[in-house]
Amino acid sequence: MLDTIRKFEIPEGVDLELRLAGPVVRINAWLIDFIIRSTIQTAAYFMLIWLGNIGWGLILLTIFIVEWFYPVLFELYQGATPGKKTLNLYVCHDDGTPVNWQSSMLRNLLRVADFLPFGYALGLLSMFINKDFKRLGDIAAGTVVVYRNNKNTKINLPNEEPSPLPLPLTITEQRSILDFAERHDFLSIPRQQELSNILTDLTQKQNKDSVKELHRYANWLLKGQ
Amino acid sequence: MKQIQFENKYNASWENFSYLINDLEKSKKNQKTNLLERYDFPRQYREVCNQLAIAKQRHYSPILIERLHSLVLRGHEQIYRNKTFWLWRVIEFLSSSFPNLIRKHYKIFWLATALFYIPAIAMGISCFKNNEIIYSVMDQSSVADMEYMYDPENRKIGRNEARQTDTDIMMFGYYIFNNISVGFRTFASGILLGLGSIFFLFYNGLVIGGVSGYLTSLGFVETFWSFVSGHGSFELTAIVICGMAGLLLAKPIFSPGNMTRIDALKLTAMDAIQLVMGAALMLVVAAFIEAFWSPSSFITTNIKYIAAAFLWLIVIGYFIFVGRTSDEG
Repeated sequence: MLDTIRKFEIPEGVDLELRLAGPVVRINAWLIDFIIRSTIQTAAYFMLIWLGNIGWGLILLTIFIVEWFYPVLFELYQGATPGKKTLNLYVCHDDGTPVNWQSSMLRNLLRVADFLPFGYALGLLSMFINKDFKRLGDIAAGTVVVYRNNKNTKINLPNEEPSPLPLPLTITEQRSILDFAERHDFLSIPRQQELSNILTDLTQKQNKDSVKELHRYANWLLKGQ
Repeated sequence: MKQIQFENKYNASWENFSYLINDLEKSKKNQKTNLLERYDFPRQYREVCNQLAIAKQRHYSPILIERLHSLVLRGHEQIYRNKTFWLWRVIEFLSSSFPNLIRKHYKIFWLATALFYIPAIAMGISCFKNNEIIYSVMDQSSVADMEYMYDPENRKIGRNEARQTDTDIMMFGYYIFNNISVGFRTFASGILLGLGSIFFLFYNGLVIGGVSGYLTSLGFVETFWSFVSGHGSFELTAIVICGMAGLLLAKPIFSPGNMTRIDALKLTAMDAIQLVMGAALMLVVAAFIEAFWSPSSFITTNIKYIAAAFLWLIVIGYFIFVGRTSDEG
């Protein structure tokens, strides 16, 4: 299947999935970080300039630290820079473990090469070619940028009287019905009706009644008779 | 087993597990659980892994699988994480890993050394014999600035009324900002088949060698050499190490051994980045010497030369002897 989910097996023998972040959301995260970085540097300039030569020394130190270590410090502290965190992204190794200082330093120092010849052109090119949207720094460090899943994962089925399926369905088909019922909060009512009308052959009903019938099947599948 | 039975059976243990993860994800100060409660964490983690596998195999609803998946993912992050105290790791790095890594990749180290010192010495001799050659790597105004700085007539380089402690601090900031950035760039551009690192090593060699030869030929021996000799040991070696780390990034592309190129790169890159961080620490030491020791006019030239020789011995001795273990032979 063509999608942005990356699977890897952990030592405990289960497959875990990471949702990869593409170039557009990462550029947005970079822009937020760029604004924050520039603000810190400008603020440092105006606060320290009054101290004369000592101030200049401190300004250069601040610029140096922010320029090279801003992403590293945040990635080690919380897995993501403020820009990434705002957009619900974080950085981890290919095997889902949190970044350590080596990989974080590596992927951020190599920004220099990704930036070439101008405006992260090489990094973008690399992201388009690589199946995991990696720029050069990510390839060398073995890291990926992925979405953090903060969704509320409480099961929320519409409460209906359970009703058995009129004919046996395969396990995938049963799962589609469950999936449909669990998403009733996110789908508009016309869309729900539109989808459920595809199954008129199964439910023998239309529109509102058809949706209701599918919810009853889902309750039956989940809770039993 | 119906999904609802499965959920009812394990819900309490999932709640408990998720409470533990939430707590472990907080900073040490805010954690409420004690060691005894956390002792059970790995066992609970393996259980949730098992339950996730069962839920997937039985095609339970996506939301339940998602919930278990997210528990396992967060547990995975907590279990496979290095929690050694950072200061201990720094000590371990300086007393063993750093010099060992240089020795492990000694061929690349000598290659980087040659790429830096051969052009430096050649350019130094050329500029000493013929002053005009310096203009092939530097423009006229930079040469004039350099000349002015080290002219014994001006004595601007020493600490007098015009050069106070606050100037030293400013220069310290500048040396950190400039030199470490140069080191990082020398390293990072090595990912482009090593070409960037080769260029920076070669170019810096030419400029540094050229300036030394030029100023020596003008007779500014004392002002120039007493100033640069002190931090040279740390600074030049660190630049070579940065170049070496950059070349290391190119090595797996040309000779990956029995791995794929990307896997070989990931492996060597972990060595390379440690070398760069070691070099960055050396550059901090160099900046300190350059800002506070080298310009001091209270210290006589002879003491500066003795200190410089001593610092070279420290650097060379460190990389030859430190961190060797008996089984290494």
